[in-house]
Amino acid sequence: MTATFNAKPSASAGRRGLFGRRRPKPVYVDPQNHLVREFVTPEGVDLRLQLGSAGERAAAFVLDGVIITVGFVILLLSAAAAASAMGFKGQGAEFVGAIELMAAFFLRSFYFIFFELRPAAATPGKMALGLRVAARDGGRLTSEAIFTRNALREIEVFMPATLLLLGWLMSMTGAEAVDGWTVLAGIVWTGIFLLFPLFNRDRLRVGDLLAGTWVVKAPRRTLAVDLASDASERLARFAFTPDQAAAYGVKELQVLEDVLRRRDPRTLAAVAQRIRRKIDWTAGPGEHDADFLAAYYAALRGRLENRLLFGHRRKDKFDKA
Amino acid sequence: MKDLQLKSHRFRAEREGDWRRLETLLGKGERGRARSLTDEELLQIPVLYRAAASSLSVARATSLDASLIAYLESLTTRGYFFVYGPRTKFTQRLTKFFRHDWPAAVSGLWRETAISAAIFIIAAAAAYFLVTRDNAWYDSMVGGMAQGRDFAASTASLKKVLYDNDSGHFLGGFAVFLFTHNAQVSILCFALGFAFGVPTALFMAEQGLVLGAMIALYASRGLGWQLGGWLMIHGATELFACILAGAAGFRIGLAVAFPGDKTRLDAASEAGRHAGVVMIGVVVMLIVAGLLEGIGRQTILIDWARYAIAGVTLTLWLGFFYLPRREAR
Repeated sequence: MTATFNAKPSASAGRRGLFGRRRPKPVYVDPQNHLVREFVTPEGVDLRLQLGSAGERAAAFVLDGVIITVGFVILLLSAAAAASAMGFKGQGAEFVGAIELMAAFFLRSFYFIFFELRPAAATPGKMALGLRVAARDGGRLTSEAIFTRNALREIEVFMPATLLLLGWLMSMTGAEAVDGWTVLAGIVWTGIFLLFPLFNRDRLRVGDLLAGTWVVKAPRRTLAVDLASDASERLARFAFTPDQAAAYGVKELQVLEDVLRRRDPRTLAAVAQRIRRKIDWTAGPGEHDADFLAAYYAALRGRLENRLLFGHRRKDKFDKA
Repeated sequence: MKDLQLKSHRFRAEREGDWRRLETLLGKGERGRARSLTDEELLQIPVLYRAAASSLSVARATSLDASLIAYLESLTTRGYFFVYGPRTKFTQRLTKFFRHDWPAAVSGLWRETAISAAIFIIAAAAAYFLVTRDNAWYDSMVGGMAQGRDFAASTASLKKVLYDNDSGHFLGGFAVFLFTHNAQVSILCFALGFAFGVPTALFMAEQGLVLGAMIALYASRGLGWQLGGWLMIHGATELFACILAGAAGFRIGLAVAFPGDKTRLDAASEAGRHAGVVMIGVVVMLIVAGLLEGIGRQTILIDWARYAIAGVTLTLWLGFFYLPRREAR
């Protein structure tokens, strides 16, 4: 049982190929955010998955890179300490060297694979940014997909990085000057792979493309207090007429919700003033802006939700529905 | 005051407990502590998840609390990934990999394996003939990998390399070095297949050239048979793994170049997953090869014993990959 799923937001069936041919403009689920994708679970609920943006992906990778580098340095230092304790000779020191080589290899090649195989399907860097790997077709994320997407990192990052670093070290020690063309080729190569996600709608890396995966946002949100709950007592003090409670639409309601959650006194005062003017409300003595707004929020939401039950969703204040 | 309460608020108050319970259980499960969940809790998760999914549908239709909807979306998404995520235990997955997935993937790749092996063998044969005719070819083919093993070296020193048992060294270290190096190279060979398989073909040809040139050198000194034992004790495994890595690269390159009925994207990801299975297996093979080369070759110095090991390992691999077997459940 897997999710039915529209990988492409476009309504066009005829789109094909990486090359050439004009394709029709894609139709996005959410015109405001082009990274939202329809994703219908077997229960028939559209999860509206949001893809990780290129910036978040890059930040996660940098974070993982730092962790790997730190791990590498610690490894190197501890191996050096152990080897020097053994006087840099004999089978013991070689044993330490072998352990270190193995650990370095696994750190480089299996760091990503190990973490992405776990239930969270994310490396520490991705977790920090609320990202996770998922299969593009909505099915299970398999271990071979994870292996493939990370094996491709070898040509995307590690190989050119190693070559450039090696070239730099060699030119520093004056052993052998690296051909400028080789360096240029390395930079162009890495550039193509690094920028690849920017040139497709789904922000796929070459590894994602081959493994049939993508990186989606799966942030952990906590349940915030319901702003309408503590307003219900106050509402008694603020008796809004039906006309006053019907001054705005859903868009304004959600802006108001945002303002109330931020609790910035200056914004509260400004917004309260605007609303009072709009609905002809004269402030009573000792009336707090926050109280007024909370009460108005509850009244407006009550009114709009009632209309919603009858099938009318008033988009914004200009909507006459 | 009851009548002043919003319907959406009552809706939330009635279900909030379940949502929080699901959140706690998911938190436990996601941290990899699935074992710390009791059976009862594990059975609860799907039920709570479906309730949350239905809550999300209702909330979208009736509630205008944006933060509540965002919370439910996040909770349902996490629940979806947990409930429909991989369920099998690690050990089960491992057995299935060895009993079914790996051999099936390799035998499904026979066409690419044949191409990969052909390129390798043709390159080796070409190098052999060229170097035999004109020794000057040797340096341009082997280059830095010769490490003193060239036509200027004496027969005795060439022979010494074949039977040097490195006494006094920790052989495990050598095995590890060989494994990490070979694994890195074969992952690279696989990954390069993305560029329509061209770099992979070049890579396979280069490996073949080096091998062919070496054989020509040793054969010219009458050490051909001995070199064969030295190479094949681990080569039966290592070269096989190398050819499979090339084949995995070709599968991807071919899928990108000729997607057939599918879209290029679908063909590429299908090939990528198939080749991924093979590559996990290649890493396993290279561990075996590293042990055989680093430890086996340095301690077993008799030619026929080396050939015997080569024959046995090759037969095992071939039987494991290509013998028809009953459908695994």
